[in-house]
Amino acid sequence: MAQANTVTAPPQGGKSLAIGEILGIVLSILGGLLALFIASKAYTGPYAFHMIVFALAGFGSALFIFRRFTIRPAVIPQEINGRPNYNYGAIKFASLASVFWGIAGFLVGLIIALELAYPDLSMGLPWINFGRLRPLHTSAVIFAFGGNVLLATSLYVVQRTCRARLAGDLSPWFVVLGFNLFIVIAGTGYLLGITQGKEYAEPEWYSDLWLTLVWVTYLLVFLATLWKRKEPHIYVANWFTLAMIITIAMLHLGNNASVPISIFSPKSYIVWSGVQDAMFQWWYGHNAVGFFLTAGFLAIMYYFVPKRAERPVYSYRLSIIHFWALVFMYIWAGPHHLHYTALPDWAQTLGMTFSIMLWMPSWGGMINGLLTLAGAWDKLRTDPVLRMLVVSIAFYGMSTFEGPLMSIKVVNSLSHYTDWTIGHVHSGALGWVGFVSFGALYCLIPWVFNRKLYSLKLVNWHFWIATIGIVLYITAMWVSGILQGLMWRAYTSNGFLEYSFIETVEAMHPFYVIRAIGGGLFLVGSLIMAFNFYKTLASPEEVGAPEINPALAPAE
Amino acid sequence: MSLWNKHAIFEKNSIVLTVGILVVVAIGGLVEILPLFYLKSTIETVEGVRPYTPLELAGRDIYVREGCYLCHSQMIRSLRDEVERYGHYSLAAESKYDHPFQWGSKRTGPDLARVGGKYSDDWQRGHLSNPRSVVPGSIMPRYAFLAESALDYRHIRDSMSVLALEGVPYTPEMIAKADVDIKAQLSPDDPSVTDLVKRYPKAVAHASLGGDIAVTEQDALVAYLQMLGATVDFKLYDNKANLR
Repeated sequence: MAQANTVTAPPQGGKSLAIGEILGIVLSILGGLLALFIASKAYTGPYAFHMIVFALAGFGSALFIFRRFTIRPAVIPQEINGRPNYNYGAIKFASLASVFWGIAGFLVGLIIALELAYPDLSMGLPWINFGRLRPLHTSAVIFAFGGNVLLATSLYVVQRTCRARLAGDLSPWFVVLGFNLFIVIAGTGYLLGITQGKEYAEPEWYSDLWLTLVWVTYLLVFLATLWKRKEPHIYVANWFTLAMIITIAMLHLGNNASVPISIFSPKSYIVWSGVQDAMFQWWYGHNAVGFFLTAGFLAIMYYFVPKRAERPVYSYRLSIIHFWALVFMYIWAGPHHLHYTALPDWAQTLGMTFSIMLWMPSWGGMINGLLTLAGAWDKLRTDPVLRMLVVSIAFYGMSTFEGPLMSIKVVNSLSHYTDWTIGHVHSGALGWVGFVSFGALYCLIPWVFNRKLYSLKLVNWHFWIATIGIVLYITAMWVSGILQGLMWRAYTSNGFLEYSFIETVEAMHPFYVIRAIGGGLFLVGSLIMAFNFYKTLASPEEVGAPEINPALAPAE
Repeated sequence: MSLWNKHAIFEKNSIVLTVGILVVVAIGGLVEILPLFYLKSTIETVEGVRPYTPLELAGRDIYVREGCYLCHSQMIRSLRDEVERYGHYSLAAESKYDHPFQWGSKRTGPDLARVGGKYSDDWQRGHLSNPRSVVPGSIMPRYAFLAESALDYRHIRDSMSVLALEGVPYTPEMIAKADVDIKAQLSPDDPSVTDLVKRYPKAVAHASLGGDIAVTEQDALVAYLQMLGATVDFKLYDNKANLR
């Protein structure tokens, strides 16, 4: 098919390296050399290994940029036949990477679940002990799986809703590949014992600096694409993505402020200490949930649910209220992780108050998502992908009700430090984040690869197996959490504590086995999804019938 | 024109939207975090909290490295059963030199805020190497490798300098004597222990394993565990003076 260019006529002469490409090559090589220098003087072996990985990545990118230059057209058209020439390259990579990391993260989760039920499973090997694998699991599912889903969907949605090609040519690739390099460095670091010991912010100073660079580029690519938009309004999904990008940057910089002991050492010490560090940590930690795992995925809901249901978003006004209320209130909720601790009471009370209020905007979002189905509920019977998306919203509603409940101090005195928290996190993570991601991927991968999804029947199997897995998981954790909380505070009639700590640990065993089974089913579901995608990609590309670009209902 | 139309300014201008988001998300953090740095009542007045000895600090680094905080809290809440099970509820002052804090969020194992001195060194060593040898129902992983790994403390002075920069009261003398203090804390009968205790009140010297390796990672971790909660004398603590 002839590619008529409607914007600028491509110069017919030879092409030359763009400024971005020259800069990219120079910086990659310089960065690689710097990494090699640090590697040569590194204090520890694992740090030298990481610097060599960075060096290889630097030299690799220089080659990648040059090779890409040799095969790219002289000018990449912004539009073809009057329609935007969307850029899906980096999106394809991120969507497949999310499937890979998802399976890896679920698998590690299953392993550590089994280690809690059968502690000698790790055979005392340092790099697969629970303490090192647990951050690997959380980072793999939150940042590697969740992060790649967010990158893939947000970069897709921003183009489609702006009707403009993604800004930048190499930058989207830098964002996606750079983010995945961060994942590799962080993950291998945990196994080798490199951690700064802050939950969900374990990567050390040099990984944090790298992520900052990637994240700022992400913000710029996103904003610059908004600037190119052909639509007068910025679509609601993009508000949520923008809030996610900005807030995560703020949290990341605040919580990870640290001083390395040397540029040649992976070790650093966080600037904050004690009670202030605790407050910083949960300001970060709870809003990693609020912005990364909620705002970012609400952006997915606001695009993929209306698209799949072929209905406009239920209420424009509700989305405005829900957006501003959510981003304002979430930030305050952190102290509910610190009830009855040495954090001053005034901060605990503020945290609890805002956490309870947060119930409202959360359910506002849930209602807006669910009622988008109005008039299209019958599709739930025939479309398992839509069913997955809708059930994810139901789980979102459930866990955003449970969260405020658990933030009430008297409830928290029972639930805190127990498996109830773990169960709560997983109803949100597996039910909401997991299902909305799977639903989005089942839409996105066929769209960007221009193929028909291999089998809806397999999606149905995935849905039911994973749902049963989630139910087993969260019910087991409810029972074990409440049971252990009650055992800790049980008194005999003589006024003595009734149970020793180890008795409460032993009582957990059956629930840890059930939880592992639940997690195993969730993993099986994701393997079915991976097979489905494999068969989808192995099928021939769809010809003809180029997708039309249906207008999203304007915000009114 | 309704008020709703005014929202268009955010929808039509990405910079206005960006600034709006930034303002709205900054407020909560500013209100909750900044006062913790200037309200004097945030950190209680209490005798006995001191910086970690170099060996304890190295042990704490291993505690962090192995992710112990993922299963053990170091924060006793002000609840009756916790105080009876673990001891006096934790004070903010007790972790004021902790970079990062290690309060934890989950008790798969018991709280460790006051585990120091609760068990003997031998118990701690045996428990680390094989938890089920002393607690049959334990689900903790084995940390036998710590007894076979030499402690790398070549850069402990760098660590102490950085912590001093961040506000931990390490004096130049403490930093200069770090290597001496590490050896002293593993030689209970050596006269150098007197100097160590002068610099770090209530520091306890521990008999080393006595194997081929002079200082093991296990030595450091045991020194850290055995000082947790052991420096503050709560008989001298005035609860009423520190009401918040």
